[in-house]
Amino acid sequence: MNIKSNLKYSKTHEWVEELDNNCALMGLDDYSQDQLGELVYITLPEVGDAVTVGESYADVESVKAVSDVFSCVTGTVAEINEELVDSPEKVNEDPYGAWLVKVEEISAYGELMDADEYKEYLSTL
Amino acid sequence: MSSYVPSTEEQRLEMLKAVGVSSFEDLYADVPEGMRLKEGDLKLPDGMSEMEMLAKMKELAAENKIFSSIFRGAGAYNHYIPSVVKRVTAKEEFVTAYTPYQAEISQGVLQSIFEYQTMICELTGMEASNASVYDGASAAAEAVAMCRDRRRNKVLISGASNPEVIKVVKTYCFGSGVECVIIPAKEGKTDIAALKDALDETVAGVYVHQPSFYGVLEDCSAIADVTHEAGALFIMGINPIVASVVKSPAECGADIAVGEGQPLGMPMAFGGPYLGFMACREKLQRKLPGRIVGQTTDDAGRRCFVLTLQAREQHIRREKASSNICSNEALCALTAAVYMGTMGPNGLREVANQCYAKAHYLATQITEIPGFSLVYPGSFFNEFVTTCPGCTDELLSALEEKDILGGLPVEEGILWCATELNSKEQIDGLVSAIKEVFGK
Amino acid sequence: MKLIFERSVPGRRCYILPKCDVPFEDIPDDMKRQKALRLPELSEVDISRHYTTLNKQVFGVNCGFYPLGSCTMKYNPAVHEEIVGFPGFQAIHPLQPDHTVQGCLKAIELLKVRLCELLGMDSMTFQPAAGAHGEFTGILLIKAYLRDHGGEARDKIIVPDSAHGTNPATANMCGYKVVNIPSAPDGSVDLDALRAAVGPDTAGLMLTNPNTLGMFDKNILEITNIVHEAGGLCYYDGANMNAIMGTVRPGDMGFDVIHLNLHKTFSTPHGGGGPGSGAVGVKEILVDYLPGKDTVKENGEFVLKEPPKSIGSVRSFNGNFLVYLRALAYVLSLGGKGLHEASQNAVLNANYLRVLLKPHCRTSNEGICMHEFVLTIEDLHKKYGVSASDIAKGMLDCGVHPPTMYFPLIVDEALMFEPTETETKEVLDESAEAIIGLLKQAATDPEALHKAPVTTPVGRPDEVTAARSPIIRYMDFDA
Repeated sequence: MNIKSNLKYSKTHEWVEELDNNCALMGLDDYSQDQLGELVYITLPEVGDAVTVGESYADVESVKAVSDVFSCVTGTVAEINEELVDSPEKVNEDPYGAWLVKVEEISAYGELMDADEYKEYLSTL
Repeated sequence: MSSYVPSTEEQRLEMLKAVGVSSFEDLYADVPEGMRLKEGDLKLPDGMSEMEMLAKMKELAAENKIFSSIFRGAGAYNHYIPSVVKRVTAKEEFVTAYTPYQAEISQGVLQSIFEYQTMICELTGMEASNASVYDGASAAAEAVAMCRDRRRNKVLISGASNPEVIKVVKTYCFGSGVECVIIPAKEGKTDIAALKDALDETVAGVYVHQPSFYGVLEDCSAIADVTHEAGALFIMGINPIVASVVKSPAECGADIAVGEGQPLGMPMAFGGPYLGFMACREKLQRKLPGRIVGQTTDDAGRRCFVLTLQAREQHIRREKASSNICSNEALCALTAAVYMGTMGPNGLREVANQCYAKAHYLATQITEIPGFSLVYPGSFFNEFVTTCPGCTDELLSALEEKDILGGLPVEEGILWCATELNSKEQIDGLVSAIKEVFGK
Repeated sequence: MKLIFERSVPGRRCYILPKCDVPFEDIPDDMKRQKALRLPELSEVDISRHYTTLNKQVFGVNCGFYPLGSCTMKYNPAVHEEIVGFPGFQAIHPLQPDHTVQGCLKAIELLKVRLCELLGMDSMTFQPAAGAHGEFTGILLIKAYLRDHGGEARDKIIVPDSAHGTNPATANMCGYKVVNIPSAPDGSVDLDALRAAVGPDTAGLMLTNPNTLGMFDKNILEITNIVHEAGGLCYYDGANMNAIMGTVRPGDMGFDVIHLNLHKTFSTPHGGGGPGSGAVGVKEILVDYLPGKDTVKENGEFVLKEPPKSIGSVRSFNGNFLVYLRALAYVLSLGGKGLHEASQNAVLNANYLRVLLKPHCRTSNEGICMHEFVLTIEDLHKKYGVSASDIAKGMLDCGVHPPTMYFPLIVDEALMFEPTETETKEVLDESAEAIIGLLKQAATDPEALHKAPVTTPVGRPDEVTAARSPIIRYMDFDA
């Protein structure tokens, strides 16, 4: 399992990377993509949409399942990774490169773990 | 009497023993005693032999009147069904199979649906078709649900649409909470000025049918333009026979095309089973409800077909699904495909042209009778409304005496219909019968 | 297999229509279609051979054992196909005057009366075209009733987590929020969870009994009572009706509205996925809300009348008439005793197959089941990496249609068998032997099962590519 040390993780297996100017990138982690299997489609929010800690802002489809993606922060969607709409397999191939959204005007972060804590958490599952 | 249970008395006892019980009653031990039916509780007669039952059904069929000439349409059309269509679609495997979940043993059904989807795309000009829905009216209602988004929760329906369709769309909207506004018809077709006034940033979609319920050809390109200016989607209903010769939904600029597929080889059958076809632009294909068949390859690289984009479906999305449809009218879709394959492009256009020619001949003949005139000025296809100088019921009863099903009484007069099945002799017969009642 | 488009030859055709006997009229130019209509051009023999080829690659109930759980794949009597071909049913326009369709109306009335007696309901509509469509109708009826009886604020439908996927989807389509309640391990409703879930916001409960694990819920009266006392209505998903005909009635269990899958319990053919018929039965309180038109006797004749508070229509006209006409033929043939016998033997066949398989595989529940049962091959999956899907694919090589896989969701690696009453003991014995062979093979040669099927016209399709880059129509017209 590839857990990158510079990121923070949620219990529902999303990663978040804090950027400057009160912005952050969010995506699905390696554990998540492995559990979901080969993704075939991703539904992303629109730029300008509000996201809230713990609430679903996107969903990802494999052949036989649809799963919600929960937000690690509260803020506004500044950018979406349009490339994923045509190539959802990028999430499977490079989960940390394939960010889903960039969020700005962040007002809150959820309960997040650093890489070590997250590894510890995964070992309990 | 038969329950189609093949096991013998002896086998049943043997099986009960194997299960470890002594009677059928024991199998139902979990059913509380108080609610269990006892001998004689159920007031149902005994069964019938096949011969008796067949006789009973024949008796019922004989109590329906089969008209030798039919001039009524209004959503169900009397077209010729080629023999090969009936023969092919009666094949037992096609009839008795279930949904093709197991692709490896269902290539026949899957390929037939893939071919059907292609034909519907050709007919409508769209890029994506589903495997069909229940009927034309529910297809319109499903299309409305596709248009809805977070900001837009209103749909505008042309008042010139088939009343059955309007009713079904309204009923679906009662469920979903979408606001459904009917734009009153003008001169038997959509009032484009009124439509334009009603369009705003809350409107998700607009539904118009080509031709209108009154048979009038709509200017669907203009309707598409005003709809798109307001940022809404245009759902165009279309009669599939008509689509072979008039501007297709794609050519008009529609986003979603739907319609009643019954004219494509299905009998009128007192209303069903029919076929709702549904197609859309590629950008909307992941919002398309219902079954969709896709092409892929098997593990040896051979071309094969499979149900695809299933993540949209209710059994996966459950409470997040916007439609609960989980079947299609596969045998009806097969029928439509066999019909289109049999007629071919030229045959289908010939059906359309004959419908058009016969309806225009009929209109010319009827309107020569004093008191009968066309109610609406626009071009029509194979249906039109005339005035009636006397009592409509009296006229229709007189026609019935002569084995003719006349047009449908509507508020403004009578809605007539002609198809390729109405010979010149039938039309002339109708006209002289009308003259007998009213004309001198 | 060639696609129909690949058989097309320009200029080839079938000769169907006579020459037009009235003057030709041209469609206005500005209305004309521009783009060529690329339908196939074929002779009649091409059509016949193409579809015969396709038909050979279809597995119907007539081909063999079809124990697809929750789908009731029973034999479809041949005589029904003859009946629906009568011109007196085929050539009838849905908008003919009532006095010219007395046969159709009598057929509807007769089926309504018989089914109401069987279900313990007061009236029915045949407008819904499928089970899911019936569910939608049923929940709309509840919504309309509540609106008129001060229950507009009730916005939640309770659905057990073992329910068919259509149940929550239906509730959502009708604007309701879904409250999922966990089931007890045997699939029955957890009464405490239900009590905790109901309240002044409860619109209703959707339930099937026997449940999706094939068990009859003994607490059914208490369940419907809890919902009624909270002010909600109870909806019965009739998918599993084949277990209980003549033994117990949904109406007597306390349900207010029910849909039937006439294409399951009442033997109308599935047609490769439809057309079906999702008739809906209701108790007195909902009769006035039924959709479409109801048959009513006036002056010795039947007429179609719209119920006074009708929810509208869920489909045009009178629903899938020829489909429910077959159901009438079935009900007439079997009669009360025959229907009872059919259900009893459906339950017997399921239990017999269950005891044959039980020594070789774990079932979701101990003891007697109703018309279907669920196997879990979780152990084989953990031990040998053989999944439910692998066993199912192996069955294809044995000429047996696989059971329903991965349902209900509360059982891991589930295989749900519903053999129906129309199978013989011999078929059950032989099929059980084949399935046991596969279960044993899972331990000895799992690799072979991963590769199954090998005897079918095509192998496992690549579903991932199909969904990622959908090809959903033929596009090589010019190739």
